[in-house]
Order: sequence, then structure tokens, then C-alpha cells
Amino acid sequence: MGLAELRRDRRAAIAATLAIGIVLAVAPFVIGATAGSTWLRIVDFALLYIMLALGLNIVVGFAGLLDMGYIAFYGVGAYLYALLASPQFGLHWPLWAILPAGAALAGLFGVILGAPTLRLRGDYLAIVTLGFGEIIRIFLNNLNAPVNITNGPQGISGIDPIRIGGVSLAKPIEVLGFTLPSLHAYYYLFLALALAIVFVSIRLENSRIGRAWVAIREDEIAAKACGINTRNVKLLAFAMGATFGGVAGGLFAGFQAFVSPESFSLMESVMVLCMVVLGGMGNIPGVILGGVLLTLLPELFRHGAGPVQQALFGKVVLDPEALRMLLFGLALIAVMLYRPAGLWPSTRRRRELRGNSA
Amino acid sequence: MLEVTGLRVAYGGIQAVRGISFHVNEGEMVALIGANGAGKTSTLKALARLIDAAGGSVRLRGEEISKLAPHRLVGQGIALVPEGRGVFPRMSILENLQMGAYCRSDRDGIDADIEHVFTLFPRLKERARQLAGTMSGGEQQMLALGRALMSRPQLLLLDEPSMGLAPIMVQKIFEVIRTVAAEGMTILLVEQNARLALETSQRGYVMESGEITLSGESAELLADPKVRAAYLGE
Repeated sequence: MGLAELRRDRRAAIAATLAIGIVLAVAPFVIGATAGSTWLRIVDFALLYIMLALGLNIVVGFAGLLDMGYIAFYGVGAYLYALLASPQFGLHWPLWAILPAGAALAGLFGVILGAPTLRLRGDYLAIVTLGFGEIIRIFLNNLNAPVNITNGPQGISGIDPIRIGGVSLAKPIEVLGFTLPSLHAYYYLFLALALAIVFVSIRLENSRIGRAWVAIREDEIAAKACGINTRNVKLLAFAMGATFGGVAGGLFAGFQAFVSPESFSLMESVMVLCMVVLGGMGNIPGVILGGVLLTLLPELFRHGAGPVQQALFGKVVLDPEALRMLLFGLALIAVMLYRPAGLWPSTRRRRELRGNSA
Repeated sequence: MLEVTGLRVAYGGIQAVRGISFHVNEGEMVALIGANGAGKTSTLKALARLIDAAGGSVRLRGEEISKLAPHRLVGQGIALVPEGRGVFPRMSILENLQMGAYCRSDRDGIDADIEHVFTLFPRLKERARQLAGTMSGGEQQMLALGRALMSRPQLLLLDEPSMGLAPIMVQKIFEVIRTVAAEGMTILLVEQNARLALETSQRGYVMESGEITLSGESAELLADPKVRAAYLGE
């Protein structure tokens, strides 16, 4: 590549970054003004799901460990926030203390759940992690007796909203005579943390540890023969992935002001896994795309299917909820048939499926 | 250099290796031959610490290594070429070789060693950017051997390098094994192809149902009527 080309490339990259930056910065106002606050809320959730998908991507995409109980770490983060900042125990810790604590606790759970599964791979690992995920959810559901910790199936309500520097994000914020609505403020906070997680993911991917993860995914015995401490490196993948989940969970609890065990069901784990697989396992932009699509499209159906049927047939023929799952299933099958490596696969996967050199 | 005494390997209650003893001297190539199921691969796996030995001792330059974690062996100067190639299929040839040097940090030395592997296997150089999984079995075996050399080992463990390869590829691989041996590498070769293994090595051990039944100079073993009858098909 010539110097001129390199310079042009760099200029293009800067221009693209600026453009994306501007789009991301004005997005909440455009969405809020055109589609309304319901959709802005959905976009905020999409950002949470992107964080989750990127966390799971470390375990499934990079290290190749099929984790079906990932949502448990989201639950751990969410419940820690709920317990430390709600009337439940009368505690009201600030965000800067809870988020790291939630990340650390989720990471610890990642190691605890990862350690017994070190010898397992593929389907067997999936089944065991699925079980672990359910165990955590069932614990949350039942830890209201003999000592009431989680409030059981009722969940914990009245959770403190996220406060930054004493300013609550739950109410409109006045900045220099300009009012920033609550959903917008949450958007910027989630965006900042999602970008931080993207950055960490990219750095990890290109690190020594990232290469060790890929080596383990490709061939564990060969990885050992290369001198990789497969046990520690796998545990680190579980811990890193869980940490991201814990952060997202804490944000979720503060944003919703309510948590209950049913938010952390197996279906949620499957959904996050679908984001990773559908988007393109191991490829960060692909995983982000998967997170966005799988959050927005089902909502589009939820809100759009009824009115469209009403307009076409004069009545609602198919229950939008049923239709949503039907189309979701069809979409999954179609993607696996026509784009088996995901919608936006990593160059590695793409090359493998084409089966030739780059 | 390598001293194995009374090594036992068991899977559940079944003894695959029943207390064998052998040694490999510095700069020597030693072949471990035997039929399918004789316990050759179990022996090698126990040496490489991929499985736990049920008993016995393994000493490398006098130091006990039978309890070390597998990833520590590379630091001790042992490199394994696993059975069935075991390359990283979705990494390029170059990346595979770089993984072989995972425990090293001397960038210049690594680059020089990659060049050295490329001179041993010109085929790999031609395909440096190709994904390992898209190569033929023989080429993958070359890569596995090259990757093992990237850790700058003092002792190379080769597990069935000829398995499943076309005869012409087997010849090529063994040519390179001879070259590596001529450079002074100590090699323990586990191989089903007894003739080839004995023709390439200096000394040999014959394994039969988990025990060493014969040992000696490879040339003598080649001439031994029992070996000829049992393993060379005469």
C-alpha cells in the first residue's frame, strides 16, 4: 500500500468515525422526535443487549465455549444493584461503587461456574452452563425464605435510579438552560459504556490472551502443546464475559427501577446467544449488528404486525406475539441456511467457508 | 536426556502401559514402535502430560517432569507434535507458526525461526497466508512439525507422523525429520510404520500390550527375525 493510499485510508477512517459519532450523538433526538419515547426506550435496551452480546462473544466467539446460561451474570449484576440501592435493605450505594462491585461479583461467578466445566466442550458444556443459569434464576426466585434477600418472585422494586454526580437520570436534566430528557440521558450513559466494552473487546481480540482464546477454540490439545495454560485462559474468558454481563445487569436494574427473576430466564440466554451467532461469532461489528437487529426487529413486529393486519384484512388474523416468534424462527433458519457464518462474519470465518486463501 | 522408569498408564481399570522403562540420549532419535493398541500413544501422551501417569517417573536432564502441568513442558524444552496433526484450522500458516512461539518474546529470533521452518518446508512459505484447515493432510503434518520447532525445543515428541498420509508425503515428512535430527535435535518418534521408523532412527523399542518386549540398535531390530515377522510383514 502506497503512502498516498494510506493517507487517504486514514482520512476515510476519520471521516467515517466522525460520521458515526454524529449519528450516534443525534440519534436519541431524532428517534425521540419521530418515533416517540417508546422507541427510544427500545434503543436504550438495544445498547444493553449489545453489551451482553459482546460479553458472551468473548466466551462463545473468541474462546469457543458454548455458554447457555450467560444471562445469569446479567442477573447477578442486576440483583446486586437492586440490593445495594433500594429500600430492600435500606442501602443506597452510588453507581461508581455498585458497577465495579457488580462487575467483580459477576466475574467471580463466571469463575465459579467456569471451573467445574473446564473439561467439557460443545454440547456437554452447553447443557451444564444451561443448568447453572437456571440454578441462579431459581435461587433468585426462592431467596425470600428463611431470610428474605431477593424478595422472591415479586422481585425488588423502588430501585434507585442511576445518579451521576448527584444528578438523577430518572428526571429531565437541565444543562445550561437546555433540557435533556431521562431516556436521552440513559442513552448517552449506555452508549458510553457500550463503547468502552467495544474498545476492551477489540483490545482483547488482538492481545496475547485473545490469540490464546482462538487457539483453544481451534484445538485445545495443540494449544496446550504450544504452552498455553488452557485452564487459566478459559477461566479468564468466563470471567471477562461475565464481567460485561454484570455491568449491563447493574445498568438494567437502575434503568428499570425493578428487577424480578423472570427477566433472567433461559429464553434471554438463548436470545443473547442468537445475537452472537446471527451477527457473526467472534466478529465485534457483527455481534453489535446482531444485538441491534434482534432487539429492534421483534419490537417492530410487536408494534407493527397488528396495525398492518388491520389495514390489510380489516381484522387481526394472527396474534402479533405468535407471528413474531414464527418470523423470528424463519429468520434464524434463513440466516443459518444462507449465511451460516452470520450476517457479518469475521474474515477468519468467511475465509474458512469460502475455503480459499485471503 | 530423557529417562523413563516404570511408567504406567491406566484408563479406569485397564492398564495400557505396564511399567515401561526407556531412555533417549542427547542428540539421538529413538523410535517407539508397535502395533495398534500396544500403548505407544498412551506413553507419549503421558510424557506430554496430556494424561496422568498411574505411576513411574519421567526425568528430563535429571529433573522429574511427570507432575508438571502440560503447558509448563514447553518451557522445559519439550515440544509435542500431536497425533492427527492438530493444527489450528482457522488460523493461517503464519499464525500457526507464531502460536508455536507463544511462550517466546524474542521477536527477531521468532522471525528467524519462521524463516528456518520455511526453508525446511518451502511448501509452507508458498501458502503462508492460507488457512491451515484448507491444506492437505501432509501439509498440515508439515505445519504441525514446523510449529513444534517454533518453541525451540530440545526434545521433540512425534506422535505417528505418517498416519493417514500418502506414501509420497510420508517420504517428504521423514526427510525433514532426518534433517531436523541432523541439526542435533533429540527426537522420540512413536510410529506404526515400523520399517520407516527403524530406518530413520538410531535406536528402537518395540512395545507389545503395554510392555517393551525388545530394544536395541535400529539396524539390529530391522534384522531381527521376530521383528521382521511381526512388524515388517515377512
